[in-house]
Amino acid sequence: MTTAILTDLHANREALEACLEHARDHGATQFVFLGDYVGYGADPGWVLDRVRELVALGAVAVRGNHDEAAAGIEGIRLNTDARRCIEWTRAHLDPGQLDFLARLPLRVLDGPCLYVHANGWDPGGYEYIMGPADAARNLAVVRSRITFCGHMHVPMLYHMGLTQRVEVFSPVPGTEIPLSAARRWLAIPGSLGQPRDGDPAACYATFDELSNLLTFWRVPYDHERAARKIVEAGLPGRYALQLLDGI
Amino acid sequence: MGSEPAAGAFPLVPGAQVGRWRLVEPVHRGGMAVLWSVVPADVPGRPAGDAAPAIMKIPLLQEDPTSIVGFEVEQMILPRLRGPHVPRVMDIGGFDTQPYIVMERLEEPSLRPRLDESPLHFAEVAQLGMRIAEALHELHEQHVIHHDIKPSNIMFRPGGAAVLIDFGLARHERLPDLLAEQFRLPLGTGPYISPEQVLRNRTDARSDLFALGVVLYHLATGQRPFGAPTSVGGLRRRLYEQPVAPRAIEDAIPEWLQEVILRCLEVDAGLRYASAAQLAFELANPGSVALTARARRMNRRGRWPRLGRILRAISPRPLGLAPAVPLRGAPIVMAAIDLSPDWEAISDAIRTSAQRVLLAEPAARLACVTVLRMNRIAIEAGAEAAAPNRHIQRLVQLQHWARPLGLPPERLSFHVLEAPDPAGAVLEYARANRVDHILVGSRGASSLKRYLGSVSTQLVAEAPCTVTVVKVAREERESGPAQRREPPSSAGSRGDLPPDGLAGGDDVEGAGAAEEPSAGS
Repeated sequence: MTTAILTDLHANREALEACLEHARDHGATQFVFLGDYVGYGADPGWVLDRVRELVALGAVAVRGNHDEAAAGIEGIRLNTDARRCIEWTRAHLDPGQLDFLARLPLRVLDGPCLYVHANGWDPGGYEYIMGPADAARNLAVVRSRITFCGHMHVPMLYHMGLTQRVEVFSPVPGTEIPLSAARRWLAIPGSLGQPRDGDPAACYATFDELSNLLTFWRVPYDHERAARKIVEAGLPGRYALQLLDGI
Repeated sequence: MGSEPAAGAFPLVPGAQVGRWRLVEPVHRGGMAVLWSVVPADVPGRPAGDAAPAIMKIPLLQEDPTSIVGFEVEQMILPRLRGPHVPRVMDIGGFDTQPYIVMERLEEPSLRPRLDESPLHFAEVAQLGMRIAEALHELHEQHVIHHDIKPSNIMFRPGGAAVLIDFGLARHERLPDLLAEQFRLPLGTGPYISPEQVLRNRTDARSDLFALGVVLYHLATGQRPFGAPTSVGGLRRRLYEQPVAPRAIEDAIPEWLQEVILRCLEVDAGLRYASAAQLAFELANPGSVALTARARRMNRRGRWPRLGRILRAISPRPLGLAPAVPLRGAPIVMAAIDLSPDWEAISDAIRTSAQRVLLAEPAARLACVTVLRMNRIAIEAGAEAAAPNRHIQRLVQLQHWARPLGLPPERLSFHVLEAPDPAGAVLEYARANRVDHILVGSRGASSLKRYLGSVSTQLVAEAPCTVTVVKVAREERESGPAQRREPPSSAGSRGDLPPDGLAGGDDVEGAGAAEEPSAGS
């Protein structure tokens, strides 16, 4: 059974459509969303509706910091432009969509996998996993063999074996990586809706629990259209430019 | 042997079931693992000889992280590999119960016993080296660096193909390196470890060429080039000390083989062969080895020249990243040249194409090939090959053709094939030498040709690699060698031209005079 893991969608309809189709073409039958459905992009309602439909069919979805902010939960720190996006987003979501965001869990355990938005030690604190030291903090606390998280927009794979030393690996798209049962893993699929590594193609990953194979993917989509919609919606132009450059 | 302190709850004794396999008998015990012959457990009591010969590799998990991580690495990499040069994997047992790998059993002994017979005759050393280099090339093509090439890890199939075993130190270019930075000590085997491995750089496929160089040195001379050091200090000596020249030990070794071996043993990987295929190519074509000061060196031990530059070149680079040199960046390009006078324009165009390819691939080497067409009957009758003069004349012409390219000798070689069937000869050459890209000329569209076929169409259809068919504008061919040449175009783009006559007669076998040079159409 192949699960597609998608994160940091950021209201990017074009990227989500392309990735869902790509995932189905590659045999995905289950979907996991690691949060940040809204913010930055121009299609928050459409994206949330797709996620809700899939959750109704059994998909897993956890909550990100942008989702919390949009749902009106206090205490989320965002910069000025991001705050503007969230206010715009709130104005474009209906009560049902806002309620869906507010009710999302912060963490979901599923077999060998833990799904969170930012990290496993304090999912609601939204600290970033910026390198091996943060990954080590996660792997020290989390008992699950594999942690999947988003929040960082660049795809990355951390692993720790018997020596307790954490290694980092920059994944090659389309390559099946066997996740050895003799070590523990922290996988960051990369952002679907706001990639930030210089490649505008959308990121996501698939995981097959039976064969233990994890694959990172890059999916080209009509990012120019998604960028244009951001500008037309009157949202901060830098988020459109980031879609065009992938940084 | 018998029951070992291996991981897992299973007592490892003959008859015990492990996974879906039944242990028959231990066949080998190494430092890190035990090998058992096994049969499928669902055929109880069946003697091993009746089942497909299989062995189970079970790690000895003696609290040594290297052996555990090494086994993880092998479990990760070996099942992904294909082809005759690696053992076929049948089953994998996970770490949750009993870790193991079941693979085909190779009956031949490893290369290890041959060391005791060394020095071997240089021709056999070259032959063995070529086979091992072919296996390495196929491994590198699959994005894997072995990192532990040594005689005990090299076996042979009955047909002669080399099989590489033990991937416990291997590195897959596209997978996490579980061993990088995991350990403070260099990972490898003392006599064979490359300078960059000593410096803990695991990103260069040419490390395997260094190890193969050590193997060939030992087989050819009966001695190890760097001894068998066990300390890190001892390993580091190869960074600044040259080995004794092989010919100073064994004077029967020809200069070309010393050139090849010492080139493999260069401290700076950039001075070794760019790929295992290029090494295999030189071992298979001794005449094409460009001899340098390496070939003539007769000194005893000494220091490497330009030491500072070398050490800078191999200073450690960030680990865990992509290999320093793309494994596929060093193709063998073959230019199939027809030396007939009326093919001159096309030969020029092939040279232009070759220039472009060589510019884009600075590590590529060019094999210039022409076919001296032999009468089939003459060959069968054992008649003397086309007068040696004719052969040499072709060789000189090829060299003349290639001169404008300005390539250094080590990137260039010349081959005059003698065969009744030019396309067949070119194909055979391309297969045997693992050519990556063939450049061949074609004389444009011809309705007759569509029915009869031509050398270029046969190459396109049957070649094991990329084929570029080079053409020249028709007007130019009619007016002789070109003043205004159009760039060569891809195959099939001239379909609108009227058919040309088969003036050269080179499209129909036997139509032209026998012994005409021909490798195009």
